[in-house]
Amino acid sequence: MEIKEFLQHLVNGISLGSLYALLAIGYTLVYGILRLINFAHGDIFMISTYAGFYLMSSAILPWWIAFLLAIILTCILGILVEKAAYRPLRDAPRISLLISSIGMSYLIENLAIVFFGGRPKTFPIPAIFDRIITIGSVKIPTLSFIIPVITIIILAILLHIVHNTKTGMAMRAVSTDYEAARLMAIDVNKIITFTFAVGSTLAAVGGIMWGMKYPSLIPLMGVMPGIKCFIAAVVGGIGNIRGAVLGGFILGLGEIMLVAFMPALSGYRDAFAFILLIFILLAKPTGLMGKNLAEKV
Amino acid sequence: MKKILGILLVVLLVSSLIMGCSSQGTSSEDEDVIKIGVFEPLTGANAAGGAMEVEGIELANEMFPEVLGKKVVLEIADNKSEKVEAANAATYLVDNANVVAIIGSWGSSLSMAAGPVAEENQIPIVAPSATNPMVTQGNDWYFRVCFIDPFQGKVMANYAYNEVGAKTAAIVREISNDYSVGLASFFVNSFKELTGDDNAILEIVDYNTGDTDFTAQLTSIKEKNPDVIFAPGNYTESALLAKQARELGINVPILGGDTWETPEFIDIGKEAVEGAVLSTFFTTEVPITPMSGTFLEAYQEKYNKEPAAVTALGFDAYLVILKAIERAGSTDPVVIRDEIAKTSGFEGAAGIVTLDENGDATKNAIIKEVKDGKFVYLTTVEP
Repeated sequence: MEIKEFLQHLVNGISLGSLYALLAIGYTLVYGILRLINFAHGDIFMISTYAGFYLMSSAILPWWIAFLLAIILTCILGILVEKAAYRPLRDAPRISLLISSIGMSYLIENLAIVFFGGRPKTFPIPAIFDRIITIGSVKIPTLSFIIPVITIIILAILLHIVHNTKTGMAMRAVSTDYEAARLMAIDVNKIITFTFAVGSTLAAVGGIMWGMKYPSLIPLMGVMPGIKCFIAAVVGGIGNIRGAVLGGFILGLGEIMLVAFMPALSGYRDAFAFILLIFILLAKPTGLMGKNLAEKV
Repeated sequence: MKKILGILLVVLLVSSLIMGCSSQGTSSEDEDVIKIGVFEPLTGANAAGGAMEVEGIELANEMFPEVLGKKVVLEIADNKSEKVEAANAATYLVDNANVVAIIGSWGSSLSMAAGPVAEENQIPIVAPSATNPMVTQGNDWYFRVCFIDPFQGKVMANYAYNEVGAKTAAIVREISNDYSVGLASFFVNSFKELTGDDNAILEIVDYNTGDTDFTAQLTSIKEKNPDVIFAPGNYTESALLAKQARELGINVPILGGDTWETPEFIDIGKEAVEGAVLSTFFTTEVPITPMSGTFLEAYQEKYNKEPAAVTALGFDAYLVILKAIERAGSTDPVVIRDEIAKTSGFEGAAGIVTLDENGDATKNAIIKEVKDGKFVYLTTVEP
């Protein structure tokens, strides 16, 4: 393989990995706080792309206001899902919560089929994101450059919130010991709502960028990315934010490199994620960065 | 607050249930109607294809609503673009809807999944546009009103060799789709024969239904520098593939098959699919039979747009069954099956249908190109 071909693969892998990372953070945050695998997360991601699509198609709003509104709407949806499906089960066994999240996932998917229709929609891409930069012989669509940058910025902001603010301290407290945090006069419900809001906002940012990169929307589009990003979160060590980002990049790069070095295996690309999951669960069940319990948020 | 949300949730659940079942609302016992089942992908990756075939079937049902003095009712089931669901949908139509024959499905894999259901329950199925030879092979209960892939693969290999002047090609297959894998292998055989070069295929790469990222596969292809790319597969994935190919700076022609002919292919691909060439069954530019004219007029009146090839085939599939019921003078599926098998010289909207011993039709192929955001007729190829 020539170096320029390898560089092209590297660019492709990093941009795919960044999208996985954004979604994986949402899984990891909610798990850290509630010990819940939020199966509806992939569907919240799907809703954000549709929200972006409808707001953009209205053509009245400039693209950045449309994106902002779509992100806010998705954030509200995430909070509502938590209030409707998870809060009433706060003191129920964890398994009830898990089943509730699966139910929520199916509900959102089927409502989307009813209201948005089964035929694919095309995400309108603002011209500013639709350009291609050529460096040497490596072609980089502007998006492939923007996506990793946004992911890194968001990661920095998030780590700042978690480690340097009062709310972040409360989040860490809730994740370490839920009951004790409540006794320390931390408003646990508020912290959980905040966590869902952050997770959904990240899913929405990821969703909108996904929509621009792969502009074909169907109601079940959140399922496969949802599963893969959950795997990314587990690989990185679920509950750990840096781990989720690491897992996302490993998955994205791994998928691309598998096809790059073994084109004959390209049909097994999706299987890569699952094989990686089995391997990690056997070799290091806590994930690559899951050792440090104190950081579990 | 909790209560309100709870109530809201229940209302949403119930409303989604009601809306989901509305199509089955009329399935009460009624002896005075003849039911024809339709199983098509109405949701999922192939939804646009299914919707276009259903348009044709419903139009035919509106224009020819009666046979043997009874009203014909369509029972439409969604196979969700999944093989397991396709078998379920066909079983549902047989067990719960008491249909005498079935039409479907867009997508060879989905059709093949329903094959055993047809055989076990002895219900004839007519596929409008499933082109993989395996759909009807060895199954006496499955028929189709379109040509099959060995012919289509040859047509596209000829086009690549003669019109594009290609000496080498790369193949992209949708590995989970029998249609794509089959068509690709027929193309490969014909192309090797034409070029006389066993190494004319530089690269074969695969993807799965529903995939969105093809950059890795395409980067590998780019380094091999083929003259042409043949990428038969589902329209959504193919459009994204074309888009990413152009972004990576691959400028060779991209060829495909009949499944590309959907509005979504152009919507999603935009300028990236300009110049894409595909083979299909029917074109509005060259009406083939008097029925083509009737169909075109009625379709344009109802939908106010140009019909796709598969819409015409859906229309024909319904009529082939209707004529068979008429000739049989009975609603016994076994007798209807025998009459469908005898179909000969039937003038449908998308050409004349004569079924051979496998239950396949022999028809001309049409080659179209995407030009200025439209599918434009290029030429007709005879078998």
